[in-house]
Amino acid sequence: MSEKRRGRLKVYLGYAAGVGKTYRMLEEAQVLRAQGVDIVIGYFEPHGRQETIAKTEGLETVPRRTLEYAGTKFEEMDTEAILRRKPAVAVVDEFAHTNVPGCAHTKRWQDVELLLDAGIDVLATMNVQHLESLNDQVYQVTGVRVRETLPDWVLDEADEVVLVDLTPRALRHRLERGVVYAHEKAKRAMENFFTEANLTALREMAMRHTAHEVEEKLAPADSTQGEHAGDLPRGERILICLTGRPSAAMLIRRGKRVADYLQADCLAIHVATEGRDREAVERHMSFARNLRIETHMVDSHDPARAIADFARAHQVTQIFMGRSQPLPWWKLGFETLVQSVVRRARDMQVTIVAERR
Amino acid sequence: MSTPTDERPNPEDLLRRVQAGERRQRRGRLKVFLGYASRVGKSFRMFDEGRRRKRRGQDVVVGAVQDDVTEDIAQILAELEVIPCIIEQHAGKRYFVVDLAALFRRHPGVCLIDGLAYDNPPGSRNPQRWQDVEELLDRGIGVITAVNVQHIREKQDEVERITGKRSAYSVPEAFLAEADEIEVVDAPPETLVGRGAEASQAGAHKLAELRELALLMAADVVDRQLQDYLDDHGIAARWGTQERILVCLTPRSSAAQMLRSGHRNALRFHGALLVAYVEQTDLRQEDRARLNSHLALARELGAEVHCLKGEDFVASILSFAHEQRITQLFLGHSLREQHSWFARGPVDRIIDAAENFDVRLFPHPEGE
Repeated sequence: MSEKRRGRLKVYLGYAAGVGKTYRMLEEAQVLRAQGVDIVIGYFEPHGRQETIAKTEGLETVPRRTLEYAGTKFEEMDTEAILRRKPAVAVVDEFAHTNVPGCAHTKRWQDVELLLDAGIDVLATMNVQHLESLNDQVYQVTGVRVRETLPDWVLDEADEVVLVDLTPRALRHRLERGVVYAHEKAKRAMENFFTEANLTALREMAMRHTAHEVEEKLAPADSTQGEHAGDLPRGERILICLTGRPSAAMLIRRGKRVADYLQADCLAIHVATEGRDREAVERHMSFARNLRIETHMVDSHDPARAIADFARAHQVTQIFMGRSQPLPWWKLGFETLVQSVVRRARDMQVTIVAERR
Repeated sequence: MSTPTDERPNPEDLLRRVQAGERRQRRGRLKVFLGYASRVGKSFRMFDEGRRRKRRGQDVVVGAVQDDVTEDIAQILAELEVIPCIIEQHAGKRYFVVDLAALFRRHPGVCLIDGLAYDNPPGSRNPQRWQDVEELLDRGIGVITAVNVQHIREKQDEVERITGKRSAYSVPEAFLAEADEIEVVDAPPETLVGRGAEASQAGAHKLAELRELALLMAADVVDRQLQDYLDDHGIAARWGTQERILVCLTPRSSAAQMLRSGHRNALRFHGALLVAYVEQTDLRQEDRARLNSHLALARELGAEVHCLKGEDFVASILSFAHEQRITQLFLGHSLREQHSWFARGPVDRIIDAAENFDVRLFPHPEGE
């Protein structure tokens, strides 16, 4: 079992439907097939795009499985069948897809993990806006809250990330020509999500994120040079203070993103005062764990002190918190939570994360 | 989200934009394929686009081809009209010069020019090929071209640091920034490493660094395009896709720590570092000196330093942060300042009003 090699993951990263991710992936698949590699299509979403469909010619496809949910039939990737077929390489479109309830896993990337564990190499496609850490920024820019997300570490662990670039102008031409969607849908898309400003902003994010992935993969060799490290010592640790408030999700994403860029450890804490919002807190904690943040729960009637003590005991350098809600008038003379944490944390930096609108 | 702005842009800015718009209308469109090494497939992508455009009915002509053409490019070229370069011998060196006269006569809709960074021989009409391209554009001929990041003049120091080599040819970054479209041709280094030349760990590492450089440069160009687009359409964006860090300085703040941290953050995020202080006339001698030394450090770290005017420190900082699309604001605070809870201090007021940016508080060391 242990001698088995883990499969390699290569991700084609784009910034919108129609930039040519699937096409590029299939092009590579064809090259591999021509070289005699045992390659199959695990999942392919044709979207009725003729040029792309033509690229699947001659490639073996593992049929999808059909599931019924709420009276409707859904087709999903048949992970079990691919594992049984055991090719050298599997092609998996739409990496960030959420499976229909009833599947063994909620997310397609979890199915892909199984393939990789079984030693199968995987070629996959996704758009930058599906990255968890960019969710708020994408919302800010486009006004669209992307629901299908993928934790950043999944992409960080990919062996290769390739940017599939196309200029927004060329993409909009493709839309106009009906290459991407049927005409009616294309027209609506161009007025809403596919505006030039949105596309340009998303494209910039895709470029910056690919650069970040390239740098991440460079990191081991880089540390000997210290060129990019700046003057501060390493070993930063970030602590995120969780509440049951809805904005906690954003706080988690932001804290984790900063931690990732600073190559800092990331922890999260929730101070339970009277067991309020248990359910929401538990949801946020599990969301944090999904992003590979170490979570802690502490019982205390003095949250500020508990946070400061915990931070000190864990050599935290920076505390991330949401903005405190304004105090009611009868408490005007009291400190907010932020103020008391700032007062108690003394030597630590405290970051107050604003809501992005 | 973005909102339309009521503010009128300043007249010079407006004039510049109008003139740029007029020039753009007369000029041919420029599209650049940017790569990070030879063999990533820039030329193929460029010629492939030429072929597709020709099939769609555009008037496409090839104006310059590199001399070692691969099989797949040769196939495309067979479908396209080629106006060959003029070959000139100079001091024992062979030069391929774009035949401008022939291209002007032929006046195609789109001209494909490979090897943008090449030099022309001494005594030519233009010393460098990118200047030939400018002339084509000026005459309303669209150009599609390809270039490597190694050849961008402003990136050459960095490239030399990575590779130990410096290219003899260069193209100014402004040329790319002015392009109507720029497209990155990305491929993981492994695809190239297998192909001979740089088949080593160190080679792969260098390629990865060049790749990052090309991606970030393209992102910067795209960022400027985005800002231009938003400006042209009167959209005041309150967001950016780039991290922008603002360090607020006062004479008493623990400036060195804030600046170094800001510098490190900006480096890691490949973002911008700005420093702002609010002008105070009644500053004591020692505070003035302290502030000046903070500002000197800021400049040394490459920060963009801004002096803000205004009665109200908080209001000045907030409006500046908003206008500059700041994503992180660094602020010093002293524990002693926080005794009066009835009057909200400046730090609290900034936190209360912060929208779309994070506020990071740095404690002053006691006694400073």
